Amino acid sequence: MSEEIEKKIYRGRIKVPYKHTAGAYVERFITEIGKNNKIMGVKCPKCGKVYVPPKMICFTCFEKMEEWVEVGKQGTVKGFTVVTHSTPVMPLEPPYAYGIITLDGADTDFVHLINESDPKKLKIGMRVEAVFKEKPRKRILDIEYFKAI
Amino acid sequence: MDHFEGINFSEMWCGIESAPGYLKPVVKVATGGTTGSSLAICGYYNVASGIYKNILVIGWEKLNEGGATTGIITAFDPVWERPSLAGALGPLALMAGMYSAKYGITPEQAAKVTVKNRSNAANNPFAHLQMPNITIDYVMSSQMISYPLRLHDVCPQSEGACAIIYANEEETKKITDNPAWVKSVATSHYYTFGTDDKMYDLPTATMASKKVYKKAGIKDPIRDLDVAEIYEPTSWSELAWTEALGFAEPGQGGKLLDEGITQMSGELPVNPSGGVLSTNPIGATALVRVAEAAIQVMGRGEKRQIPDVETALAMGFGGSLWTELLILGKEKLR
Repeated sequence: MSEEIEKKIYRGRIKVPYKHTAGAYVERFITEIGKNNKIMGVKCPKCGKVYVPPKMICFTCFEKMEEWVEVGKQGTVKGFTVVTHSTPVMPLEPPYAYGIITLDGADTDFVHLINESDPKKLKIGMRVEAVFKEKPRKRILDIEYFKAI
Repeated sequence: MDHFEGINFSEMWCGIESAPGYLKPVVKVATGGTTGSSLAICGYYNVASGIYKNILVIGWEKLNEGGATTGIITAFDPVWERPSLAGALGPLALMAGMYSAKYGITPEQAAKVTVKNRSNAANNPFAHLQMPNITIDYVMSSQMISYPLRLHDVCPQSEGACAIIYANEEETKKITDNPAWVKSVATSHYYTFGTDDKMYDLPTATMASKKVYKKAGIKDPIRDLDVAEIYEPTSWSELAWTEALGFAEPGQGGKLLDEGITQMSGELPVNPSGGVLSTNPIGATALVRVAEAAIQVMGRGEKRQIPDVETALAMGFGGSLWTELLILGKEKLR
């Protein structure tokens, strides 16, 4: 019976290329990490919150944010997972980890890869540091990963 | 949903032409995981507003034919989130890890949710996974998928459909003398980047539940609700979100389960149908919650029926950490 069903299945694959207009803030952030290995955030003129990733409007005050500040390359892990199962759309071969990281000097969190795939060696509250790619490609992955310190 | 199944106009593919919708207005609603509850709420608005007398609401999904993860990834910000956070499992794994770290919830307590819900599913002939003899050990020794989530901590990918008829007061009399009435509905969402949320709780569930309880006159959900069908994509999320819905204090979701309150025989049974952990055709999943709540109110649950249900809660959860809630009851809201 399963053979019969198998014959009636048509298998196909669609490629969906896309462009995404990232905007001036993302452009500046990506350029700074690639060119100068600096992680930049923006500060709200009203509540003083520093946003990394940067955005134009403060989430709580609705103020336009124009003051750029450099934040630390080190940060604290607020949460993590270790991906152990593979799908065709992953940035790396599993197992690999990623976490929510609060960079020193930032008030919002940042998601990125962590180069440790043993859940026993990962801990909420652990300290990590950004490792930059030698040849930047103007991607968020110009921060190649965060390493434990 | 189109982007999960990799096709466009999925309503045409699913045969609207031959369905009762032929030559009638068709409106497609697709909001990710909340699709079913959005459908349910739109159905209610369409009839309660007086625009239509009665309508058929259908939710479905054929996950076997598409790539749900690929579809879900398109909902995430291309720069910040697609390379890492994207998909359904990753954020849910982060949420589980942060929730357990904050409140000391154990993997055993999470596994107990799966055991409860899949045991309930054995009473539901429409449930996808039939695992009547499932044990805590079996769940805890299943394959690790995305730490700390194991295979049986997460919902399956199902194929299925669900339909609900909405009718106004006059039309309802022609259909049944035992309807379930919609008492209140609420939608709540906020989102810019995933990490703007604290992740260990679900604030939208708290926000929506406050609205929906107020409208339906519910002061103490444990006392005033008789059953709840909540949207638990993982075992951990049922623990965390029963807290967010006000069934327990923050951090007490595990205790709520340990004390048996959410079991079939408890004060407020949660997911007698087996929940999302047992059946997950995404576009239908949240509509199934509403249908199951209606079945409980109408007393048509057979082996999964909770005795004397007057008031039931149904929940939808979706992509941008949305929550949608409906309260159904035996009595009309005055």
